[in-house]
Amino acid sequence: MTSELDIFVGNTTLIDEDVYRLWLDGYSVNDAVALRVRSGILEQTGATAGVLQSDTMDHYRTFHMLERLLHAPPKLLHQLIFQIPPSRQALLIERYYTFDEAFVREVLGKKLSKGTKKDLDDISAKTGITLKSCRRQFDNFKRVFKVVEEMRGSLVDNIQQHFLLSDRLARDYAAIVFFANNRFETGKKKLQYLSFGDFAFCAELMIQNWTLGAVDSQMDDMDVDLDKEFLQDLKELKVLVADKDLLDLHKSLVCAALRGKLGVFSEMETNFKNLSRGLVNVAAKLTHNKDVRDLFVDLVEKFVEPCRSDHWTLNDVRLFLNQYSASVHSLDGFRHQTLWDRYMGTLRGCLLRLYHD
Amino acid sequence: MPGKLKVKIVAGRHLPVMDRASDLTDAFVEVKFGNTTFKTDVYLKSLNPQWNSEWFKFEVDDEDLQDEPLQITVLDHDTYSANDAIGKVYIDIDPLLYSEAATVISGWFPIYDTIHGIRGEINVVVKVDLFNDLNRFRQSSCGVKFFCTTSIPKCYRAVVIHGFVEELVVNEDPEYQWIDRIRTPRASNEARQRLISLMSGELQRKIGLKVLEMRGNAVVGYLQCFDLEGESGLVVRAIGTACTLDKLSSPAAFLPACNSPSKEMKESPLVHPPSHGCRSTHNSPIHTATGSRLTQNFSVSVPTLIYTGMGSGSAGKEGGPFKALLRQQTQAALEQREFPFLTLTAFPPGLLVHVGGVVSARSVKLLDRIHNPDEPETRDAWWAEIRQEIKSHAKALGCHAVVGYSESTSICEEVCILSASGTAAVLNPRFLQEGTVEGSLEQRIEENLPVGCGFCHIPYDELNMPFPAHLTYCYNCRKQKVPDVLFTTIDLPTDAVVVGKGCLIQARLCRLKKKAQAEANATAISNLLPFMEYEVHTQLMNKLKLKGMNALFGLRIQITVGENMLMGLASATGVYLAALPTPGGIQIAGKTPNDGSYEQHISHMQKRINDTIAKNKELYEINPPEVSEEIIGSPIPEPRQRSRLLRSQSESSDEVTELDLSHGKKDAFVLEIDDTDAMEDVHSLLTDVPPPSGFYSCNTEIMPGINNWTSEIQMFTSVRVVRLSSLNLTNQALNKNFNGLCENLLKSLYFKLRSMTPCCLCHVNFTVSLPEDELIQVTVTAVAITFDKNQALQTTKAHAEKTLQRASTDNDELLQFPLELCSDSLPAPAFPATKEHLESASSNSGTPAAQRATSVDYSSFADRCSSWIELIKLKAQTIRRGSIKTTVTVEKASPMGDGNFRNRSAPPCASSTVGVVKMTPLSFIPGAKITKYLGIINMFFIRETTSLREEGGVSGFLHAFIAEVFAMVRAHVAALGGNAVVSYIMKQCVFMENPSKNQAQCLINVSGDAVVFVRESDLEAMSTQQSAVNCQTSCPGEVTT
Repeated sequence: MTSELDIFVGNTTLIDEDVYRLWLDGYSVNDAVALRVRSGILEQTGATAGVLQSDTMDHYRTFHMLERLLHAPPKLLHQLIFQIPPSRQALLIERYYTFDEAFVREVLGKKLSKGTKKDLDDISAKTGITLKSCRRQFDNFKRVFKVVEEMRGSLVDNIQQHFLLSDRLARDYAAIVFFANNRFETGKKKLQYLSFGDFAFCAELMIQNWTLGAVDSQMDDMDVDLDKEFLQDLKELKVLVADKDLLDLHKSLVCAALRGKLGVFSEMETNFKNLSRGLVNVAAKLTHNKDVRDLFVDLVEKFVEPCRSDHWTLNDVRLFLNQYSASVHSLDGFRHQTLWDRYMGTLRGCLLRLYHD
Repeated sequence: MPGKLKVKIVAGRHLPVMDRASDLTDAFVEVKFGNTTFKTDVYLKSLNPQWNSEWFKFEVDDEDLQDEPLQITVLDHDTYSANDAIGKVYIDIDPLLYSEAATVISGWFPIYDTIHGIRGEINVVVKVDLFNDLNRFRQSSCGVKFFCTTSIPKCYRAVVIHGFVEELVVNEDPEYQWIDRIRTPRASNEARQRLISLMSGELQRKIGLKVLEMRGNAVVGYLQCFDLEGESGLVVRAIGTACTLDKLSSPAAFLPACNSPSKEMKESPLVHPPSHGCRSTHNSPIHTATGSRLTQNFSVSVPTLIYTGMGSGSAGKEGGPFKALLRQQTQAALEQREFPFLTLTAFPPGLLVHVGGVVSARSVKLLDRIHNPDEPETRDAWWAEIRQEIKSHAKALGCHAVVGYSESTSICEEVCILSASGTAAVLNPRFLQEGTVEGSLEQRIEENLPVGCGFCHIPYDELNMPFPAHLTYCYNCRKQKVPDVLFTTIDLPTDAVVVGKGCLIQARLCRLKKKAQAEANATAISNLLPFMEYEVHTQLMNKLKLKGMNALFGLRIQITVGENMLMGLASATGVYLAALPTPGGIQIAGKTPNDGSYEQHISHMQKRINDTIAKNKELYEINPPEVSEEIIGSPIPEPRQRSRLLRSQSESSDEVTELDLSHGKKDAFVLEIDDTDAMEDVHSLLTDVPPPSGFYSCNTEIMPGINNWTSEIQMFTSVRVVRLSSLNLTNQALNKNFNGLCENLLKSLYFKLRSMTPCCLCHVNFTVSLPEDELIQVTVTAVAITFDKNQALQTTKAHAEKTLQRASTDNDELLQFPLELCSDSLPAPAFPATKEHLESASSNSGTPAAQRATSVDYSSFADRCSSWIELIKLKAQTIRRGSIKTTVTVEKASPMGDGNFRNRSAPPCASSTVGVVKMTPLSFIPGAKITKYLGIINMFFIRETTSLREEGGVSGFLHAFIAEVFAMVRAHVAALGGNAVVSYIMKQCVFMENPSKNQAQCLINVSGDAVVFVRESDLEAMSTQQSAVNCQTSCPGEVTT
């Protein structure tokens, strides 16, 4: 006796959260059944393996049918086929768009293209996340990217509106879109210590201050592309390190203010010029796309690593960066105060976040 | 020209992409009614077109209004080639034709295509202006209300129950017309859908005419079915109960609706008919093409229940003459009717007097082409014959009426089994005649028949019993005789005194049959039927005893015919009726008593059975009060006293008399294990596993013993198809497979719904079909309802009290009212509503509460007591007043209720626009009150695919289709302004597959009543406000009295 057909349809669509998770994680029906058996559900409920198999199949089928709608979440709200309470709808959407930290770190900043999609096998092997799940997550990134890429208005709001995600998740997606669009390099070995959260934090600061949207809220792509004009202007900052007097003055101001307050004062004093050169040169190079991509690599190489090797504490870094940014206001010969603040304000935030082990 | 139909096409959304180049669609809509068609403009390049059309007006006869569906087709405009159809919506406008139902149909309808399923939605508004038609010879029956619900609908009162109405129309099936060979599957499916829609419209109109002729205004328990006879045609038939209904002017707003489905209780105690015993006949005249009779025609009476037990006594003394009088009257009332049948399963209080037992009849017919669709005489004659049979069975049981009546068919190739069954009963004539003077007769009924057991008392003459039965004096009233076991097709009467809880009991049976053609086939089937029937009943009886119960309600036996087998599936809800004697146990007897090990085996088996009975009694909380006399003692009789049932192969009524009926006081049911078959049978008895803890199940409307429902409900349909391995099929193997299939299905349901526990699966409805050789399809529809474990109000006392209280709250004659209330509402006001009233009554008694308080202060104890009584009287009156007034308010307030509902259902998560529509096979919604019936939903869909694999195989295909059907039902209900479907039923689910061609097709027919319900909590809030207002105006007067 073999089962040809076996279905269960409720007027209110039944959603089993555990099975949903297994499905999202890309397990096959059989693997899912095995995992459920291992969870001890049979003992709890007195069900048989056959019952579990049939139940799992049913849920998988339902999810499969829902998947089409989950690609455009507002459709899920307006469709008539599945009667699902609103709280459940929200759960379905949120979980569907939730991604794995390990996966996003592999893909962050990469072009969301077919080429990358081909590499998913490797990512799957490396992270232990099933290929199916990798594909879903990748497709989610790509889908969100495509939809909001050319929209005007706030990136986070657009994502929230078109995908009905929670605020937290929408911000994460904004970071992913922003990184994908600017192709920031995040995969280098020296960046491995950074989490997705670190990058997302930086992305948010950059979106707020360095994009077109920061100056004009009515532009297309306003939150996705960096403000080209601003990047051009950054060249002007070069004077801070090129002009020796200015550099010395800057150094003396910072040292005077920090003397006695910094645990690593002498190291700072010795390294000041290198650090300052590093930070200003990063700014000056941002006109080239290639250098934009390497932004995080540069920051880590030019600032994070030197400080770390001298055993600066996070507090030392904070005091230094505050003073370093603020002292520029007292440099009489320097005329680009606003530009400096727009640059350094964001950079300071990013550096503080990036500075950890 | 008595009607104007107006249609407006507003917008579409989520349309499919029809133009690959632009990824968009140029959609327009055709609106067709009868032969008139209108078109909207083409809305270019959009998947969400906004047509906002003018009102399309159709001027039509009301006859057409009833027959024709409104047909809306959405198309994609194509300049160079033919326009492509996107899909269709059929709207049944019948609900707009009677005044109390919906006034407008407006909402989003799924656009349905028989090949692609749902493809977007369309927003449509439909209205009808009806002109009064004075033509007496009209062909239409606008205004007759239809209800699928098999009880008197909640907001109505039955003035007269006129009786049985039936009608049948036939046509050629478009699928089998020659043109089908050249048209597309889509065209053929649409032709079929449209034809069936037309035929059901016509059928409904014709039934309506009959109702008008009987001077009724409604059909209750309307059941419409399709017989897909293949080559020989398509039959649409319907039965129902014609009534004159009165809209209740005061829908007792304060009633907690959660407890029982039929709460329009009158002051009179419910008199319910018990039935017991079954009679059935097989009648298999085989008709040839010309309709002349051929071959055998036999009728077998199958004694399905075997009793042993107590000696005889004489019939109830006081009851005698009165009974005769009653009978005469009923007879007079009923005999003017050809068939005194009611399709109702629950009854207004007082209607049902006694129940005789289940009556059923089956007949095997050979189908042949219906030559003249306008005169479907053959089919009519077939059914008439069967009904006649049923009627005579009922007579034999001393009953004049049949209640809980239903008809069904099973078709395989050219053979068709027609079945009818019901419960023979004696009814109170007062509901059945117009203008019956309600006089002393009624009074006497009420006096004479004790609450909760009257229906169990036998209606037939004790000395001339239709079948061997064991009679005892009723364990409740001790005055009248009752049978020892009672089988019925109706719901458990609400006032029946029940011990413990009920449970679902199923008998399952398969019988192999040789493949044969035509007459030989029909003969073979006819020969098998009596055995099937007999064994099904034996199984039911055994299982009932194994559960320690003594009555079955909602019994439904389905016999399905396939190419090479017959299947029987009986479902019922077992219950322990306090009025009936404690059931005896089951005794096992071996045939070779000398063999020691064999004996041991037998005794082991016996022990298992006894253990099971004990366990079940515990599980279902069956601990009847110990009764004196002979009733005490082991349930298993002394071996010597047992009576023997011969499991012989040919049953006839003669044989029954061989049973030793005179023996012993105890009844025992003996299973003789004389071969492996019997062994298997016993084993299979024991394999039924009880539901996991927290679950109960029944196939009736309410679960006996549970009445504290909470509001969560989940209706579902589950379908399974299994393929039997074709090798070495034996009856045993088949039975085992079938049993396993049903048991597994139930287990799956329990597992899936585990998050709802404690809950009860109600109205569990199994349907079996045999779509092909070696394929068995089982379809289950049921509803899971949660209940509150902690507040279980199980004692019959509480129940009775409640009944009283409810009766009083509800009622317009409040004779004994204050007294009763005194007795039970002082300690614990059982209903919040009542409490509210007490409070509002007291706090609003004209003067501020402070003043009242002082009055209590200075009074002596006695005074205090009397003032309490005053207060209670006051409360009583307020309640009455309140309920009458609120009626009005509820009426008015219902739109507000609607509004509330919509607001609530438009939920937090963003902007969901889809309102929740509940669906349930029950006639009520727990925790809510139905305020309006919007009309009947009767829909028929066909879905076909030529890409079965791509749609997820057969499971994916059917899963999607059923989900779509639910969606379309919900959309129609929502468009009518409703928020639920009650008495929902999936009448047909015919699934055919051809995996090698990657094709499948499915036909589904569903029906139910669209309603508006208001949550009790909302209702309370509303009525409290209202009553506060009432009290302010009316209470001062009351206080002074």
